[in-house]
Amino acid sequence: MNFVRVVWLVVRKDLLVELRSREILYTTVFFAVSCVLVFAFGFVREGQAMDDVGAGILWIAVAFSGTLALGRAFERERQSETLRALLLAPVDRPALYVAKLIGVLTLMTAVEIVVVPLVALLFQAPLFRHLPMLLGLLLAGTVGFTGVGTMFGAMLARARSRDVLLPVLLYPITIPVIIAGVRGTSALLQADPDPAIARAWLSLLISFDVVFITLALWTFEPVMTD
Amino acid sequence: MDFDSLTFQEVTRNFGRRRALNRVSLTCRSAEMTAVLGSNGAGKSTLLSIAATLLSPSSGTIRYGAQTAREGGAALRGRIGFLAHDLFLYPELSAAENLSFFARLHRVSDPANAVDAALRQSNLHERRDDPVMTFSRGMRQRLAIERALLHAPRLVLLDEPFTGLDDAAVAATRTRLSVLRDAGCIVLLTTHDLEAVEPIVDRAVVLAGGRLNAIEKGDGGLRAGYRRLATS
Repeated sequence: MNFVRVVWLVVRKDLLVELRSREILYTTVFFAVSCVLVFAFGFVREGQAMDDVGAGILWIAVAFSGTLALGRAFERERQSETLRALLLAPVDRPALYVAKLIGVLTLMTAVEIVVVPLVALLFQAPLFRHLPMLLGLLLAGTVGFTGVGTMFGAMLARARSRDVLLPVLLYPITIPVIIAGVRGTSALLQADPDPAIARAWLSLLISFDVVFITLALWTFEPVMTD
Repeated sequence: MDFDSLTFQEVTRNFGRRRALNRVSLTCRSAEMTAVLGSNGAGKSTLLSIAATLLSPSSGTIRYGAQTAREGGAALRGRIGFLAHDLFLYPELSAAENLSFFARLHRVSDPANAVDAALRQSNLHERRDDPVMTFSRGMRQRLAIERALLHAPRLVLLDEPFTGLDDAAVAATRTRLSVLRDAGCIVLLTTHDLEAVEPIVDRAVVLAGGRLNAIEKGDGGLRAGYRRLATS
């Protein structure tokens, strides 16, 4: 119960801070939209999108804007060293990890609410044809990506070259998430959709989430000490 | 959990090849106020961060009563109040929201009353709903002191508590620290403002070259003792 209370306290605080500044929301949404528009200029000719690009562009926008959100979320805790205040509190430290994860997930959900219809519109991608499966892929993929990213973001919060190190560490480990997300979404977008293939990729994403979030919960306390 | 002493035993802390603390031994007891003096970069903040459990020593041990930080865990952290050089405040949140967040995180029994009392103590109750980013350095410092003391800690660690404070606030902070000491807290503070702490501290130590030396009574006051030890 105490764990849930701490998660709620920190998530509420993070959302309140974001509501006041709107800094991360505006920058990540703007970045994701810019990313999709740049690809649209490259891959859409005379109103016709190249085959099978929508899935890849959707996941690139999610990954890039997610990296930006993760960096900014921990930069905010670093500015007044408030991360140290959180670590000094008499709480289960994994609760801080879960709270930060939920905070970034909430922001990423807002980004995806804007980006998914935009990709569907610009690339004539039938993303809403299998909506529950698409939502499952997006949710599992975003949880996996931000789960690993939150751990690295916290670890690097006090490192001097954190802005460079975060993507360098994050992308190699989350490649399975990007591949599974793209392949699963692609299976839903083809002329003859294959939900069975999408389900297989969804299972892989869920397995990734379980393994890496368990690892993060297990290692967060020792990693954050010192 | 509770404890009545803080003991550093042969504590060494290295940052790469640089040695910030070199076999430091010190015992601070309940109802005692100790000042740690030293020039910039002498290792004072490192010493406080180790006492706050935020940094591990490279070698040596720190005991809170009979327990180590690992044994004490979260319960021990709940008995420590730490004012660092960075103030641990969220600039976008108001003074009341900052205090309320930390009060709830530390499971203070009546957070609303505790926040009101802290705002009155720091003379910020009229600005309670203003964002901290609109505060002057001195106002932030006063708020940060209250944030550190909100949960009635046993061990009070203050890194430069008088930074940015005007004369009235310095006097109020000195009184506040004396009251804490008399209430049985272990108070360990660092400062360069020797005149401000001289009347209230029970003893003072000087960190120089990573080593700790006590200023003895009869050294001709803090300033003279500090000069002698810092340059020797």
